[in-house]
Amino acid sequence: MSAPTSITEKITRLWSLIVGLKVTGKYFTKPQVTLHYPRKTLDDENLLTYRGHIELVGLPKKPGTPKCISCGMCQAVCPSNCITLTKRKPPKPTEAEKKAMEEAEARGEKVKKPSAPKDPASFNLDYTLCSLCGCCVENCPVESIRFSNDIYLAGTDPNAFRYDLLQRLKEQAAAKPGAQKAQAASGGETGEGEA
Amino acid sequence: MSVQREICDVNPFPEHVAGDFYSNYFEKGQAENTLIINMGPQHPSTHGVLRVLVEVDGEYILRAEPVLGYLHRMHEKIAELKTYYQYMPNMGRVDYLHAMAWNWAYAGAVERLAGIEVPERAEYLRVIASELNRISSHLLWWGAYLLDLGAFTPIMYAFDDRERILDILQRPSGSRLTYSYFRLGGVAADFDDIALAKIREFIPHLRGRLPMYKDLVTDNVILRGRVEEIGVLPLEMCRRYGATGPVVRGSGLAYDVRRAEPYSIYDRFEYEIPTDTECDAMARYSVRLAEIEQSLRIVEQAVAALPEGDFLSKGAPKPRWKPPKGESYFAVEGARGKIGIYLVSDGSNSPYRLKLRAPGFSNLSLFSEASKGTLLADAVSILGSLDLVIPEIDR
Amino acid sequence: MDVPFELVRIVIAILALAAFVGVNAVILVWVERKAAGFIQRRPGPYEVGPQGLLQTVADAAKLVGKQLFTPAGADPVLFWLAPLLAFLPIFVLLLPMPFGPTATGMEVNLGLLLILAFAGLNVLSLCLAGWGSNNKWSLLGAARAVSQAVAYEIPLLLSVLAIAFMSGGMDLSAIVREQGGWPWQWNLVLQPVAFIIYFVAAIAETNRAPFDLPEAESELTAGFHTEYSGMGFGLFFLAEYAEMIVVCGVAAALFLGGWRGPFGTDGWWWFLAKLYALLLSMIWFRWTYPRIRFDQLLVLNWKWLMPLAMINLLVTAFIMKL
Ligand code: SF4
Ligand code: SF4
Repeated sequence: MSAPTSITEKITRLWSLIVGLKVTGKYFTKPQVTLHYPRKTLDDENLLTYRGHIELVGLPKKPGTPKCISCGMCQAVCPSNCITLTKRKPPKPTEAEKKAMEEAEARGEKVKKPSAPKDPASFNLDYTLCSLCGCCVENCPVESIRFSNDIYLAGTDPNAFRYDLLQRLKEQAAAKPGAQKAQAASGGETGEGEA
Repeated sequence: MSVQREICDVNPFPEHVAGDFYSNYFEKGQAENTLIINMGPQHPSTHGVLRVLVEVDGEYILRAEPVLGYLHRMHEKIAELKTYYQYMPNMGRVDYLHAMAWNWAYAGAVERLAGIEVPERAEYLRVIASELNRISSHLLWWGAYLLDLGAFTPIMYAFDDRERILDILQRPSGSRLTYSYFRLGGVAADFDDIALAKIREFIPHLRGRLPMYKDLVTDNVILRGRVEEIGVLPLEMCRRYGATGPVVRGSGLAYDVRRAEPYSIYDRFEYEIPTDTECDAMARYSVRLAEIEQSLRIVEQAVAALPEGDFLSKGAPKPRWKPPKGESYFAVEGARGKIGIYLVSDGSNSPYRLKLRAPGFSNLSLFSEASKGTLLADAVSILGSLDLVIPEIDR
Repeated sequence: MDVPFELVRIVIAILALAAFVGVNAVILVWVERKAAGFIQRRPGPYEVGPQGLLQTVADAAKLVGKQLFTPAGADPVLFWLAPLLAFLPIFVLLLPMPFGPTATGMEVNLGLLLILAFAGLNVLSLCLAGWGSNNKWSLLGAARAVSQAVAYEIPLLLSVLAIAFMSGGMDLSAIVREQGGWPWQWNLVLQPVAFIIYFVAAIAETNRAPFDLPEAESELTAGFHTEYSGMGFGLFFLAEYAEMIVVCGVAAALFLGGWRGPFGTDGWWWFLAKLYALLLSMIWFRWTYPRIRFDQLLVLNWKWLMPLAMINLLVTAFIMKL
C-alpha cells in the first residue's frame, strides 16, 4: 500500500470502502436475477436457439421415417466419429420373383433388381463424443439432420447418451404428430430455423 | 510401497523417494530453511490445472516454476489428422474464453493460404462476434481475478452481464462457450434481428454498469493495495518473453494486432488502444476494463454499419476441399494477446503442419521472473493479472 | 447433600448457552448465506425447509455423517485436539455475557477479562491445527493465524480498556447498566474511536473477511483447516460463528448499551437486535471487500490501530482524571 500522502487522499481512500458498501447494499434490495430452476425455466426465446445433440428430421408425410437417404455424408464428415449408420439391405426377392427374374434374364430382357429402401437401417449417435460442430447438419444433402434443443440433459451413465436416433424420431412422431409435422415443415438447415 | 521403489529405480535423483521429475528437479536448488510448495494442479487460484512449484522462505517466494501439460490435448497434432473443414471445432476449445478469436485465426490462415474471399457481411459478423466474445472474456477475468483477491461478489455481477452476451452469441452460434461459429469463407449463421436488437440493448446496459464496477472494485482501497505496484513488468521484460495483449499494453506499449497488422475490416472502425505505463497489476487491470469500453464502441459501429449480403462465401470450402500447396500465417488479437496460426499445406485435404501461437504461454513464462521476491498472496495476484487460460497454454 | 446454588446456576447456564450457540449458529449461517445471496442477486439457500432455513441443519447432519479422516503423517492427538479447543472455550466466553437485565450466565466482576483471556485460546487451536495436520498450506495458515491474532489482541484490549476506565470496572452487566436506553446515551458516542478499533480488531480476531488470511481460500487453499473432514471442519466452522456472536455481543454490551432500550423497554430483545445488527454488518463487509494482504494487515495494526488505541486510552484516562 503506497503511503497516502495527504489527509484528503486518506479520506477518499476510506470513503471508497463506504462506496463499496453502498453498492452491495443497493443490490441487496434489488430483485434477484437468477431463475429458480426447476420451478421456473427459461422462456422459449432463449431455449430454442440452443443447439443440443443432433436428431433426425422426418418426412413431411411420414414423420416416423427420416428424410435421410443413407448417403453416409454425415458419418464421413463428422470430426469426432460419433455417427454410425447402416444402410438397408435390398429386400430378398421371393421364390416366385426370383424365378421370374431369372426367366426374364434368360430371355435377354433388362431386369430391374429391387433396390434397397433409402432410409437407414440404424442411425446411432454417440453424444459423449459429439462436439456440436454442425458439420453433419450443414452437409446433409437432404437436410435430414438438425440440432435438437434438449437442454435439460443429465444422466449417470454414459450409455444414456448413446442415442438411437431412428427410435427417437419414431417416438417423437408418435408423441405429437401435429407438432412434428409442423416442425418438419419449418425445420431449416440448422437449429435456428425453428427459432 | 513397491511402486514407489520402482519409481525410485528410474529416478534421476535417487535420494528422493516421492515426487515426480519436476519436484525432484526443483528440489535440487533448494536453499536452507525453505519450504517447497506445490501450488496446483488443484489449487483454487491457478484456474484449472496449472501447477506452480514455489520455494518460499516464510511467505516470500524465492523461486517459482510453472509446470505445464496437465491439459495438453494435442490440438496441433489433431490438425494433421483432420481435414481443413473438420478442424474448426477444435478452435473453440483452445481458449474457451475467447473462442471466436481462435476461430478467426484459423479461418484467416486457411483463407489467406487459398485466397478465399469473405463476404462483406460475414466480416462484420465476425467483428461483432469476436468483440462481444472479448468483452465476455474480460468480464469473466475481472470476476475471477477478484475472486483470487478474496472478493466473492464481483464475479456474480460480472456473470450477470456476461450471461447477456452469451444469450446474444447463442442465437447465431448455438453454443454458449466453445463456439465454432466461423467457417472457412464466412460464418456459420446470420445474426437475426432479435440478436441485433439485443446487442443494441446490451451496449448501453453495460456502459451503465461500468461505473458500478469502478465504485465497487476499482476505487476500493483494499484492492488498490493488492494490485498497485505488484507484479511490475518492465517493457523490456515483456519484450524478452514475447508478452502480448493487455500485459504488454499495461507496460506502456500500444501493440495491438488489430492496429499493427490490420486484418479483416478493423481499419474501418474508430477505437483506441488503451495503454498504461505503470507496468503493474493495476495497469493491466485498467487496460482490460478500458478495452471493454473500446470493444463496445467497435460493436456499436459494426452493428450500425452492418451491410446486407451473404454470410458465407459461395465458394466456401467443402469437407473434402484441398487448398493449394504453400504456407501462411495469420494473427489476430485475442483477449489475452496475439494469437497466431502458422499453416503449412502439402496440397492434401489436411494440414501438413499447424502451429498455434498461444499468447497465454508467453505471458505465463513471465511469471517465474516476476514473482521472485514477492509474497505468496502477491503471486496469486500476479498470476491472476496475467489472465491465464490453461487449456490455451497447454493446447 | 448441599449443592451450592452458584454451581447449579452455572450448569444450567452452560446448557442454555449450548442451546443458544447451536440455534444461533444455525440461524447465523443461514443469515449469512441468504445475505450473500441477496447481495449477489440470487436466492441463496432455498430447498430445505421454508426459505432454506433448515439448510444448515442438513449440512450439519451431512458433516456428522462424514468420515473423520486423519491424514498420513499427522499427529493424531494434536490434530483432533485442535477443533475441540476451538469450540469448547466458547461456552466460557458466553458465561458472563449480559443478555438481559437478569439473563446473565454468571455475574463476574472481571467478566470482560474472562472473555478476553479465553478468547486467546482460539489461537492455540489454530496453531495446533496447522501444525498437527502435516500440511504445508495448513502450516502457513497457522503461522498467519498466530501472528494475526497476537497482533490484533492488543488494539482490541486497548479499546476495551478505554471503556473499562470510564466505568471503572470490568463487569459487563455494570457497564451496560451505566449506559442509557437512547443511542446518545451509549458509550459509542463517548468512544467512537474505540468502537471502530474494536470492531476492526474483532473482525480480524475472528478471521472474517477481509481479514480471513489464515484460511485465505485462493492463497492457502483452506489454510489451517485444509485437512479436516466431517465434524472436525464442522467444529471450526461452528466456532467461527460462535466467536462472531461473542465479539459482537461484547461490542453490543460495551458500546451499544446492551439490553437497554428507550422508553424503559429494557430486555434481552434489545441485546439480540443490536447483536444481529452488528453481525449483519460483519456479513456485509465480507461480501463486499477483497482480502487484504498479510503485511498490510500487520501494518494496519501496528501503524494505525495500535497508536490510535493508545492515544485514545491516554486521552480517556486524562479526561477521567480531570
Ligand atoms: S455435430 Fe459435429 S461432432 Fe456432432 S455428430 Fe455432427 S458432425 Fe459429429
Ligand atoms: S443424414 Fe443426411 S448426410 Fe447423413 S446419411 Fe442421411 S442423408 Fe446422408
